[in-house]
Amino acid sequence: MDAPSVVHAAAPPASTRIALQGINAFYGEKRALFDVNLEIPDNAVTAFIGASGCGKSTLLRCLNRMNDTIPGARVEGRILMDGTDINGADIDPVQVRTRIGMVFQKPNPFPMSIYENIAYGPRTHKLVSTKADLDELVESSLRRAALWDEVKDRLGKPGLGLSGGQQQRLVIARALAVSPAVILMDEPCSALDPIATAHIEALIDQLRKHTCIVIVTHSMAQAARVSQITAFFHMGKLIESGSTDQIFTMPKVEQTQDYITGRFG
Amino acid sequence: MTTPAASPMIGARRLHVGDTAFRISLHIAGAIVVIVLLSILAIMFIGGKLAFDTFGLGFIWGSEWNPVTQIYGALPAITGTLVTALLALLIAWPIGFGIAFFLTETCPSKLRGPLGVAIELLAAVPSIVYGMWGFFVLAPFMSEHVQPWLTATFLWIPPVGDSFFWFTAPPIGVGMLTASLILAIMILPFIAATTRDVLQSTPQLLKDGAYAMGATRWEALTGVVIPAVRGSLFGAVFLGLGRALGETMAVVFVIGNAIRMPDSLMAPSATIASVVANSFPEAEPGTLDLAVLLGLGFILFVVSFSVLAIARLLLRQERMS
Amino acid sequence: MKQLSPATRARYFRRQLVDRLMGGLCMLAAGIGLALLGLILWMLFSKGLGGLSLSVFTNSMAQPGAGGGLANAIVGSIIQVGLGAMIGAPLGMMVGVYLSEVGKESKFASVVRFVNDILLSAPSVLIGLFVYQIAVEPFGGFSGFAGAISLALIAMPIVARTTEDILRLVPQAYRDGAVALGSRENEVVRKVVLPAAFGGILTGVLLAVARIAGETAPLLFTSLGNTNWSTDMTQPMASLPIAIYRYAGSAYDEWVSLAWTGAMLITVGVLLLNILSRFSHAAVAGKTGG
Repeated sequence: MDAPSVVHAAAPPASTRIALQGINAFYGEKRALFDVNLEIPDNAVTAFIGASGCGKSTLLRCLNRMNDTIPGARVEGRILMDGTDINGADIDPVQVRTRIGMVFQKPNPFPMSIYENIAYGPRTHKLVSTKADLDELVESSLRRAALWDEVKDRLGKPGLGLSGGQQQRLVIARALAVSPAVILMDEPCSALDPIATAHIEALIDQLRKHTCIVIVTHSMAQAARVSQITAFFHMGKLIESGSTDQIFTMPKVEQTQDYITGRFG
Repeated sequence: MTTPAASPMIGARRLHVGDTAFRISLHIAGAIVVIVLLSILAIMFIGGKLAFDTFGLGFIWGSEWNPVTQIYGALPAITGTLVTALLALLIAWPIGFGIAFFLTETCPSKLRGPLGVAIELLAAVPSIVYGMWGFFVLAPFMSEHVQPWLTATFLWIPPVGDSFFWFTAPPIGVGMLTASLILAIMILPFIAATTRDVLQSTPQLLKDGAYAMGATRWEALTGVVIPAVRGSLFGAVFLGLGRALGETMAVVFVIGNAIRMPDSLMAPSATIASVVANSFPEAEPGTLDLAVLLGLGFILFVVSFSVLAIARLLLRQERMS
Repeated sequence: MKQLSPATRARYFRRQLVDRLMGGLCMLAAGIGLALLGLILWMLFSKGLGGLSLSVFTNSMAQPGAGGGLANAIVGSIIQVGLGAMIGAPLGMMVGVYLSEVGKESKFASVVRFVNDILLSAPSVLIGLFVYQIAVEPFGGFSGFAGAISLALIAMPIVARTTEDILRLVPQAYRDGAVALGSRENEVVRKVVLPAAFGGILTGVLLAVARIAGETAPLLFTSLGNTNWSTDMTQPMASLPIAIYRYAGSAYDEWVSLAWTGAMLITVGVLLLNILSRFSHAAVAGKTGG
């Protein structure tokens, strides 16, 4: 238990999917992240926790280069995904995002039918050539997002007509349809009621068997329930990371201890 | 489930062909807007250069307009333009503001929607319809009822010098006053709609603050709301002025089309726009006649550009803060 | 309240009086506005309905007494307005997309936005004079094509403005969602943002069509008008507003009556387009959830 970011023995044995090396982020003059180093394993859920404004969402947006879309935002450091630096000068951010799916705080289905929402990604990236293949991909994506049974009879209806929880599963299915290696979730349950939250959490647990999932959450309880790895941030710095069990039961840093005991439950 | 190849993310460059074409075409579209405005300015200036060269400053200050002797001074048309537009504003603004205040504050909520729509529809009626209405309905009414009364009532106002007699003129119905009224009716819904938008944009908190101090609605308006949105309110006024300055079809029917210095508010006159529209059929390409019209166009362009620019700056200032 | 001094009560009374008086005056102003709309519409219908007959739509303009109609003017208007909208609307949409999605708050975008706002209310007579100089004089004569260009120049800034306004209402979440799925910038706009704003953009186009359908001044300098049936875009072409203008100023009762009928038709058309545009706007507001 001496090494700072060693994976706990109870966590599934996994290879490192993403390695962050010396990440600094700036919004204009304001510095949002200070020298973050972290390894994110495959086939596991990694939770970023910390108070509002601690930089956890900023770091998440570094992972698929969403910060590129914010004027004045700047990211330094290396983000190695399977050995390739996605921050590199020769990297196309669009290609990065194709391999890394993202789910947002508020469900954001496009104002199209359920079917069209799922078909959007495969069509954009020309993943399928026939209508039959597309139908199949839509169905399998919806099944993996545990939504198929609820919507199979109304695929032509607008996605915005679904309930909040269903919408969030719809956009997860939308992300799954392009078979991403990583799925980023930015407080995916903060706009949902407890039942819908339980659905999403069960789904996350299913999905991690095949994917690397990174989730930002403000709920300690949720981090404890769904994640295997937890990283605690404070004022733009990574304070401590390790297996979720270890972080929640015997954190090594006092700040982590304070945060968890102050907010837990 | 994905076994990544060496680097699936390398290859497609940051400058993607589709995105580059997309950006370039959009920039071109944006540039066209600017080019159109500059071209209008340039074309008017180049086309009107002969007039400016021939008459110099006299083209602007000269008060004689005589196609037979080929002497062209734009002062009568400029005067007509400014007088009719300002008079129209003077008539339309209080009413337009009243409508806006009524719509935002005192109007029963059930009436608010339909009334707002009605005002906006009034703004959509083509200007030629206003012109026709002015010519066939308003002008006869002016000549039979309004003008004789005005002449008789205001006879006591002393003339300006020995050339301008205010309301003393033969009651023929057409002239500056009728044109101003038609212009006022035309810009009224416009001013009302813009002012309403401005008043509606005031935060309710601001008004609540005034009400909580015991202010009446009118006091809240004059004491809190108007000071807060003064710039935008002026913007709305200038926007209306810009419209009135350049309006052609509503004016051409009722102004009387006499290109001379007016000797009364009710005298037949002309505006730049009406002169351009009326004299155009006789102006052959390459002649001084056409150059004069283009020169007039240049003057109108500069005047209305300035007014509209002021309007937009005033309206934008507010939008930022 | 009951212990107010007489002076305070008097002041209170005076303040209430001012409030009531001003409120009353404002209501009066609104009444005047409504009365004007009613008066103008009533006049249009009472004078225009009389001349309405099938021959208005089937016959071209003709000498007084020859049973002429407005068919050539109506068709000419449809052609020029249609072509004008077909040129001006896509251009305006591109400007709107540029301002909202690409240029945003950049220097050049601010200039374009400012200039577009100026063009939005620029005197249409100047647009006519301008197109005369660039598309009539150099090409040897008045033409329906020149008329369409002048109308396109008027439609463009209207569509640009409404497009920008409506695109700014499209939730940023849609753009983020599309970007996160690996969409290119142009795909985000074409496949997600524009479809989401379709109804609102349609509103802008309909409003622009309504506006240019009633434009008279620019056509005086470009397509000139034509008393005969003609669909040749390279020749002078009739239009409803020009026909109204010529007939209204004529000495023949029959022509004046036709002018009223034409004015009624054009006003009804323009108002219908305006009302229609409200529905397409309401439709999009419902679709994106407000």
